[in-house]
Amino acid sequence: MDKDVILTARGITMTFPGVKALQNVDLTLRKGEIHALMGENGAGKSTLIKCLTGINDFEAGEIRMDGIDGPVKNHSTRDAQNVGISTVYQEVNLCPNLSVAENLFIGREPLTALKTIDRASYNKRSQIIMDDLGIEVDVTQNLENYSLAIQQMVAIARAVDMDCKVLILDEPTSSLDDEEVEKLFKLMRDLKAKGVSILFVTHFLEQVYAVCDRITVLRNGTFVGEYPIAELPRVKLVAAMMGKDLDALEAIEKENADFDKAEVVIDAQGISHTGTVKPFDLKIHKGEVVGVGGLLGSGRSELARSIYGADRASTGTLKVKGEEVKIAQPIDAMNRGMGMLPDDRKAEGIIGDLSIRENIILAMQAKRGALKPIPMKEQEAIADKFIDLLSIKCPSREAKINQLSGGNQQKVILARWLATDADFLILDEPTRGIDVGTKSEIQKLIIDLAKQGKSIMFISSEISEMLRTCNRMVIMRDGEKVNELSGDLTQEGVMNAIAGGEK
Amino acid sequence: MKKEKTFLQKVREWPLLLPVVALFLVMAVNIIYDAANGNNPFTFFMITLQNTTGNGTILYGRIIDILNRGSEAAILAIGMTLVVSSSAGTDISVGSVMALAASVCCVMLAGFGETSVTELRMPLIFGVIGGILIACVCGMFNGFLVAYLKIQPMVATLILFSAARAIGFLVNNNMIVYVRNDTFGKIGGFTGIIPTPIIIALVCVVLTALILKKTALGTYIQSVGINPKASRIAGLSSVAIIFMTYVICGFFAGVAGIVKASRITSADPNNVGLYMEMDAILAVALGGNSLGGGKFNLTGSIIGAYTIQAITTTLYALGVSTDQAPVFKAIIVIMIVAIQAPPVQAYFRKRRAAKLALQQEVA
Ligand SMILES: Nc1ncnc2c1ncn2[C@@H]1O[C@H](COP(=O)(O)OP(=O)(O)OP(=O)(O)O)[C@@H](O)[C@H]1O
Ligand SMILES: [Mg+2]
Repeated sequence: MDKDVILTARGITMTFPGVKALQNVDLTLRKGEIHALMGENGAGKSTLIKCLTGINDFEAGEIRMDGIDGPVKNHSTRDAQNVGISTVYQEVNLCPNLSVAENLFIGREPLTALKTIDRASYNKRSQIIMDDLGIEVDVTQNLENYSLAIQQMVAIARAVDMDCKVLILDEPTSSLDDEEVEKLFKLMRDLKAKGVSILFVTHFLEQVYAVCDRITVLRNGTFVGEYPIAELPRVKLVAAMMGKDLDALEAIEKENADFDKAEVVIDAQGISHTGTVKPFDLKIHKGEVVGVGGLLGSGRSELARSIYGADRASTGTLKVKGEEVKIAQPIDAMNRGMGMLPDDRKAEGIIGDLSIRENIILAMQAKRGALKPIPMKEQEAIADKFIDLLSIKCPSREAKINQLSGGNQQKVILARWLATDADFLILDEPTRGIDVGTKSEIQKLIIDLAKQGKSIMFISSEISEMLRTCNRMVIMRDGEKVNELSGDLTQEGVMNAIAGGEK
Repeated sequence: MKKEKTFLQKVREWPLLLPVVALFLVMAVNIIYDAANGNNPFTFFMITLQNTTGNGTILYGRIIDILNRGSEAAILAIGMTLVVSSSAGTDISVGSVMALAASVCCVMLAGFGETSVTELRMPLIFGVIGGILIACVCGMFNGFLVAYLKIQPMVATLILFSAARAIGFLVNNNMIVYVRNDTFGKIGGFTGIIPTPIIIALVCVVLTALILKKTALGTYIQSVGINPKASRIAGLSSVAIIFMTYVICGFFAGVAGIVKASRITSADPNNVGLYMEMDAILAVALGGNSLGGGKFNLTGSIIGAYTIQAITTTLYALGVSTDQAPVFKAIIVIMIVAIQAPPVQAYFRKRRAAKLALQQEVA
């Protein structure tokens, strides 16, 4: 092994029933580099990572690490940690009902002289770790009380706090805002300076060019190549990932009509949710796409949830198409023509053991009621339609959803809501974890829906994505709606509003 | 590059593989035992017509006996399967609820305070409905605790597990109530040449299967069992669905209780349905259902229930005494459940994969 190489994987091959997930894949990590692992949804990135950390049992190939004689064979994340590999997996896999501090130290708790767990000390240390990262949390609170983005930061903090030679980050930025991404990048650069090697997976190309030194590209489970960052400009990277040139991102044409005179579909007045959202007013018109912007913890998702009844609103009234409605739970909202794609797909989206077909028709079926099952033929037709429309990569429509790659699971949940044909759709991070090619397809789809007269509330941590699709933007800060922007939306304008330039 | 699955692969992935294999094993033991004793090796499968003094001409044979005696467990297994699926917990009160339903039914038919009657005080159907209704009320109570108050199923159903029998005694005025009446006796006796419990179990199973097929309830229940939070966002009411499965479970406990009471022509709260919750839960597990909830397989549970009865009947046929039978039953059950355990399954999978890799290398 070269002196400056820390880890090599050679000829890794791994199959799942019916799927060749990896075929003869190579990876070389050098000391003190940030290495991007790129590929479309289902290319095999997460599978390769799980082979490195011992979660997946690969059939052929070997992994070697600097300083260890012979091939390394990990059997669990624990083993991997012992040889110096620390990992943040794609789906946050911490314990929601333990406190933030417990999650940070689980499995490596500091002990007192009496060999009991030293709570006081680890609570203090946890608070320091989180404060250093600039994340405002009370470490004694249960993790489930915090948003997905904060949970993601906790997972990162946990991995980074461990002494490691190799840090693996599988889409750590998928629900982070620019600000947190910057914090993470600073962290990554510091570690790199200390000689730690980082393997980084993301679908945001600009993030690759911001921090990475080298790129390994996978396509359909095969190794495409390894390139220094300077030799692989954006266009070439996309071509390597997709296996063909991407037609220059055609400008998406959004409807820029004057919506003031259009029918008001949603009219929320004084709606609030104790502890997370202060009373707000919001009108959404027919055919309008409204974006919701704000920093982490500003109450973006919570605002949407209190309209939809996912969290029951504490105060206020809601009118749908002029008619006042009482919404106690999501089904009430659905019966009024609403739908909501939640941001946490693992906790609130996928029904893991059910098939792709069943997952897609679930909301539609719930709306029709148990006594009117959708005929099987129709279910299959709907599933096939969306598998095709969103290019969901799967062995068959009857495969279990938890056997899909993260991005493909996201597409299935999106399909679930598109299938309900709702008049008002709330999409909370709809493109989370979805690759570049499909992302623009989805943005187009959203605009098409709006043109058909559907109203959409669009929440995304990626401002440029909202700029491309939204007609109007609502800005949130500390659980309060502080601003509304319409007309010509610019990146700068939105960023200023979010940061609190004007009120 | 899509390869057709081989027959062997298809069999391996068949969800009913385990319960069916278990059932075959029991049959094999019977065949070997009979052959070794110089009997016809296929005694187990023989069904004959026999003349009896009480019931006239009836079907007779070991299989009929298993189907007959396994009826209560099979009926209970239906409800238990749904409860396990939706709430990832078990209803341990079903045996006691059987006893309560039997008491209410018999006391209604006999009249409060009577201990032994031969004439029914009211039409049979009222007693049956009464027994089933009280069982449904028990189901509602359990469902309320589990679904609305979010109490652990085991703890929630522990209440009626101990209380229902006691209530049964209250209803019975602290006595065993005998109803020695032909109309009532038919439920646990014979209809024509066929044992009635077999027919009742069949009706229960077919009815449930039909409802699951003709409605979306199956998907609802599994979905809630797998991820209640996500199901709620997708418009399902987790609370209502879990509640419903407990009521269904109570309903079937009521049916089973009445069958049992009729079989023994009495309501004895100490003995009706004793340990039946164990058989019902085991049937679900034997059927290849995860007790962690989610996906369920009703056919598996039913086969599981009859397998347990087959084991019991076989043990008796082998001359094992009633007191020792549970030991052997436990050993057999441990083996069957261990084969299904994830680490053991993973081991087999790994061996298969290794073999496959070897074959490919050679090729
Ligand atoms: N547990 C599993 N069972 C069966 N197939 C699986 C399983 N996990 C992954 N796969 C398959 O392996 C392939 C690669 O998946 P993987 O999760 O590695 O993709 P990925 O590159 O991480 O994609 P994404 O960008 O969407 O996260 C996919 O086709 C997926 O369906
Ligand atoms: Mg992945």
